[in-house]
Amino acid sequence: MSFVFWLLAAITVAGGLAAVLLKNLVHCALALTVVFAGLALLFLQLDAQFAGFAQILVYVGAVAILVVFAILLTRSSETPKDGGVFSRTWGAGLAISAAVFAVLGWVVLQSEAGLPREINVPNVTVLQIGNALMGRYVLPLEIVALLLTAALIGAVIVAMHEKGDAK
Amino acid sequence: MTGFATPLTGYLLVAALLFAIGLAGALTRRNAILVLIGIELMLNAANLNLIAFWRYLPHPEALTGMIFAIFSIAVAAAEAAVGLGLVISIHRHAHTTDLDEMNRMKG
Amino acid sequence: MLEKADQLFILLRNWIVGFLPAGWQAAAGVVLGVIGIVAVFPGLFAITTVLERKGLGRMQNRIGPNRTGPFGILQPIADAIKSLTKEDIVPLNADAVVHFLAPVFLVVVVFMGFAVLPVGRNMVLVDMDASLLFYFAMGASTEVSIFMAGWSSRNKYSLLGAMRAVAQMISYEVPLLLSSVVVVMMTGSLSLVKIVEAQNQYTWGLPHWYIFTPWGCAAFVMYAIAATAETNRSPFDLPEGESELVAGYFTEYSGFKFALFFLGEYLGMLSISGLGTTLFLGGWSAPLAALNWVPSWIWFFSKVMLSIVVLIWVRGTLPRLRQDQLMNFAWKFVLPMTLLDLMVAALWRFLGDGWARWVVCSAILVIVYVAAGRAGMRGKHFGPRTYRYAE
Repeated sequence: MSFVFWLLAAITVAGGLAAVLLKNLVHCALALTVVFAGLALLFLQLDAQFAGFAQILVYVGAVAILVVFAILLTRSSETPKDGGVFSRTWGAGLAISAAVFAVLGWVVLQSEAGLPREINVPNVTVLQIGNALMGRYVLPLEIVALLLTAALIGAVIVAMHEKGDAK
Repeated sequence: MTGFATPLTGYLLVAALLFAIGLAGALTRRNAILVLIGIELMLNAANLNLIAFWRYLPHPEALTGMIFAIFSIAVAAAEAAVGLGLVISIHRHAHTTDLDEMNRMKG
Repeated sequence: MLEKADQLFILLRNWIVGFLPAGWQAAAGVVLGVIGIVAVFPGLFAITTVLERKGLGRMQNRIGPNRTGPFGILQPIADAIKSLTKEDIVPLNADAVVHFLAPVFLVVVVFMGFAVLPVGRNMVLVDMDASLLFYFAMGASTEVSIFMAGWSSRNKYSLLGAMRAVAQMISYEVPLLLSSVVVVMMTGSLSLVKIVEAQNQYTWGLPHWYIFTPWGCAAFVMYAIAATAETNRSPFDLPEGESELVAGYFTEYSGFKFALFFLGEYLGMLSISGLGTTLFLGGWSAPLAALNWVPSWIWFFSKVMLSIVVLIWVRGTLPRLRQDQLMNFAWKFVLPMTLLDLMVAALWRFLGDGWARWVVCSAILVIVYVAAGRAGMRGKHFGPRTYRYAE
């Protein structure tokens, strides 16, 4: 495994840990942005350029900003008043996620023998992706378009001020 | 640098670790927005898994993994938007985003 | 001889790289390209600051700076010395790490955008298949840095300015992308090198630049509006308007960090002008086939500086738009026009060659534009201007 992979993996995991452990929510959101950027670089290392740039464009450029706006609009950027930041049942949550990681890691390491070795670098052009999206995957594309329209309208309606509501 | 038997194993373990971290965040934090952050981490870990498998399995020219990941990115963005809209709406109603305090169905 | 002048920098790079062992040559070539970018574009930034201050001064009926050097052309050096020697004040309550990283992140991301612009024939630092997507990914990342700057200052004015700037940038990002998608659709590739090569053809001596087609002209106008809003320039500069929010999201920055923000903003302007030149004005191709003997990089930089002059001109001429006015404009007017432009471009391709498609496409665009404009202006009362003077 190359040095670049270890560096990117370390940055991503450190960012993930920071995103769930820090007290200040805006710092958590910025750590999440670091995770997104680290993942985009991992995608680029896996020769998936389109997915990597789409990850930066959508996640860093839109979802991270959305999370930050939500934090500021719900006044969660102020320090928490009492009881700390972890819920009362944090032990159970930690145990469950540790168990999930243990199972996933065991499965990956057990099946190492069946995984393929290094193969040729795939040379994927955007033309091929376009053809695939318009050819074989046109139905999921149209459904995702409908889904995004519904999400857009739904998010606006859910977050809109209702008539007569005190602001 | 120690290595794994196959390069794919490293990526899968990083994805599993990120998934577990996201799950821990979603299950243990009090603020609703952090739960959504944890969900985004889990979705990203799944995307990494998809792209890693696309790269190392035979027939990457079928583009299945890459297209799956692109659709997953689109759907996750839509879900984050709606989820955060819901959190803002709840805050407007209950004046808090603390999940431990939202333990009654009655509005 | 002229061929050599055109490829001058490529030959220079190959000559320098030839001194190194074979294993290092590729990396050294890239490093030399990076050095070239880092040398040229901040130099253009310096020229732009002088141009702006003198130009705005003349438009506002005053002379700009004229003390440092003849006609004030050494002003950037004076500005650099000033910002390097000013005290760097960080507010006590400010979030020190984020406060420090915000300008650094902005400048890094803006420089990355320059890597995919083809400044001349064969002169692009990285020739990727999806280079336009990379450019927009870098453009989207600048919003995070603006938010970081505004929030970390712990200043309500900064935060307000940052939120306005981010909302404006997100709103105008969609028309920016959609007007570029029109060009991508007609070229058939996301690669900027291929887009320029597709425009490098001549019919009867006139070039095939996309601005000379109806859909291209409309797309260029919308791209220009969206680009002005993306870089927070007047008339969209409410987030940093001096009379509104002190200095917006970089109120609390002084000294070198302020200089970095300034650099980042102007480099963003140069970068987006460079992209507009590549997409619509033909990049490095000459305006007439007879003028092909001039080196290609001279054409590129001339067109970029022309765009900068137009941006400065617009800044000096138009008044500022209010926040809700500019967001309304983006979502209710520019975005539907870009969607219409996409369909008109598709119609252009399907009507085949000939003069009919020019008439039909231009007619559709002009009629819808006038009708939408009139409909939007209905209900607004513009009576004769009245003045009230203090007694």
